[in-house]
Amino acid sequence: MQDDLKIRVASPATEAARPAPVADAVVQVRDVHFALGGRAIFSGIDLSVRRGRITAIMGPSGTGKTTLLRLITAQLTPDKGQVLAFGQDPASLNDRAIYALRQRMGMLFQNGALLTDLDVFENVAFPVREHTDLPEPLIRKLVLTKLQAVGLRGAAYLMPAELSGGMARRVALARAIVMDPELLIYDEPFVGLDPISLGFILRLIKQMNQALGITSIVVSHDVQELSTIADDSYLLSGGRVAAAGAPQQLRNSDSPAVRQFMTGGAEGPVAFHYPAPDYLTQLLSDD
Amino acid sequence: MRDNRTLEIGTGLFVLLGFAALLFLTTQLPASGLKIGGAKKGYMVSAEFDNVGDLKVGSPVAMSGVRIGEVTGISFNEKDYKAKVNMRFDEQYNQIPDDSFAAIQTQGLLGGKYIGLSPGGGDQYLRAGSVIEQTQSAIVLESLVNKFFASYSSKGGTQTDAPTDTQSKPESKK
Amino acid sequence: MTNGSSFVLQGVRRMGATALFLVRLLAQCLPALARPRLIVNQIYNTGARSLIIIMLSGLFVGMVLGLQGYQLLQRFGSEEVLGSAAALGLLKELGPVITALLFAGRAGTSLTSEIGLMRATDQLTAMEMMAVNPLRYVAAPRFLGGVLAMPLLTAIFGVIGLFGAQLIGVQLMRVDEGVFWSQTQDSVGMRDVTEGIVKSVVFGVACCLVAVYEGYNAEPTAAGVGLATTRTVVASSVLTLLLDYVLTAAFLQ
Repeated sequence: MQDDLKIRVASPATEAARPAPVADAVVQVRDVHFALGGRAIFSGIDLSVRRGRITAIMGPSGTGKTTLLRLITAQLTPDKGQVLAFGQDPASLNDRAIYALRQRMGMLFQNGALLTDLDVFENVAFPVREHTDLPEPLIRKLVLTKLQAVGLRGAAYLMPAELSGGMARRVALARAIVMDPELLIYDEPFVGLDPISLGFILRLIKQMNQALGITSIVVSHDVQELSTIADDSYLLSGGRVAAAGAPQQLRNSDSPAVRQFMTGGAEGPVAFHYPAPDYLTQLLSDD
Repeated sequence: MRDNRTLEIGTGLFVLLGFAALLFLTTQLPASGLKIGGAKKGYMVSAEFDNVGDLKVGSPVAMSGVRIGEVTGISFNEKDYKAKVNMRFDEQYNQIPDDSFAAIQTQGLLGGKYIGLSPGGGDQYLRAGSVIEQTQSAIVLESLVNKFFASYSSKGGTQTDAPTDTQSKPESKK
Repeated sequence: MTNGSSFVLQGVRRMGATALFLVRLLAQCLPALARPRLIVNQIYNTGARSLIIIMLSGLFVGMVLGLQGYQLLQRFGSEEVLGSAAALGLLKELGPVITALLFAGRAGTSLTSEIGLMRATDQLTAMEMMAVNPLRYVAAPRFLGGVLAMPLLTAIFGVIGLFGAQLIGVQLMRVDEGVFWSQTQDSVGMRDVTEGIVKSVVFGVACCLVAVYEGYNAEPTAAGVGLATTRTVVASSVLTLLLDYVLTAAFLQ
């Protein structure tokens, strides 16, 4: 299962071999370079998201994980390299085709991003109403079914402001799956959740993947949680893929940087102290 | 979801109010706008004056201080070089003697002009299309002052009597 | 020198961005008409909820106009033209301009902060991900609602202002009511009313465009939304006054 994904440890200095394009990849990112505001965010990224798998994208804050998602969903175009989603390059598509592409994907935002002037039911029904002409009774059944799947059928008529963070995220998940997408993208789904809600979300992600066969991309820096459900994982650092493979392989990696990230250890390349002049000198002087 | 009923009632009221205001502004206000009530009822009478001063269309026509009609048109008669004033009298005032006297008077000391009617003694009444024969033109203030000074400055000045209506100077707008 | 030229360049860029935005927004206005409910919502938001402030302001402006106008005209002995002066002032200038400024302050900031908040909480991005064009669903209805509400608000302001002026003139200053109205009716022509209406529509387009643009392009933070709101008020006000001059000059022909 792992043969097409090799463990690579690429420091910014070395040029790692680029893996061959994976046959059954829903998303392919090939040698993508991207800069924003003068700052280079990606300088050569390769990754593949296999169909029917949960792929984790991890990395320290600020490495551009969300930017990567925006490249995949065609909100941004790479400066160099290619992004393929469902075998198509979004950069070459017109607006209508991009919208058609997006209807095959569902995205869960960090804070849920529910529309604040609609209640829960209407939020979940929103994509259905916008894109289909289904009769009202059918919409109702569809929405209630999806809400049941995330355990919030009873909250159908609450307003988003009345929901807790975890509940809001579950509603957003219901909304993301209401049109039965082939690909689900989770952007930092675990941030700020209490352990119980976190457990709910984790189980839901796993369920969506196993029961419905939905390909899933999870972006997070919550290594512990992610490792329990991910099939493939990529660790981003310094604008490149620092490590790739199954979570267990990453934990046992040779690279101290990767190990430090995966285990949250204090020892490793990332230092605790921000660069500063000599401690004693600064204390004793009057500056 | 916001309370639908409040929203709909509120919006409806607002739109109604707005349109009512627009309607008011476009019909009631402009002189050339369509009048909602349609032409008011009454009968048309005309009179000629040597000088109308700054009498305006819409200025009132009053008798004994009571408003009985209004000026509807002012035009220049080229044949006899007089100003022709058309008036509309309210139809309820239909017993005005046809030898009544129409004078252009001023409201207050420096107010706007209006037409004041003094009743005559005849037994025929004004009807639609009647012409008021006896008229007195507007008193032009500057001429009055000039006259006053002119007569006063001549030694032993006996004042001339009430100014007549012959003024040839064009009136300047205040 | 470079600072100045980059400032100018920024300004030009901004204007270009706004113009492009306007074009894309207008293109979405037609499809947005397919959702009348959203537009009605926005007419309520921008129009009906501004009613109180517009009516109050109209009343006071009209009354001040009556007061000041009477004082002023008394010096020239022409108090009876108070009606005309108030009516023309309100219809052609004060009505459209003050309504627009108040609108920018109340409805414009509301639009900007609403849209800015949606931007900051990723609602707009979520919509794009759901393959719904936020311009069509969020921006266009608000724009249309505001543009429709503006002339109505201006008309209400004008009418109430007139009554305010009449209140002062007739009740307080003893100007004859009949003379007031007849003078007014006499001196106001269709052209003047048209001028007022055209101005209000143009101001509506300008203010709503600025409000929607600033909200849509706000920085997705709390501070960013606040800044955008301030910019809305400033830009709307300046634009309104500028357009007022242009239109007044145009109508003088």
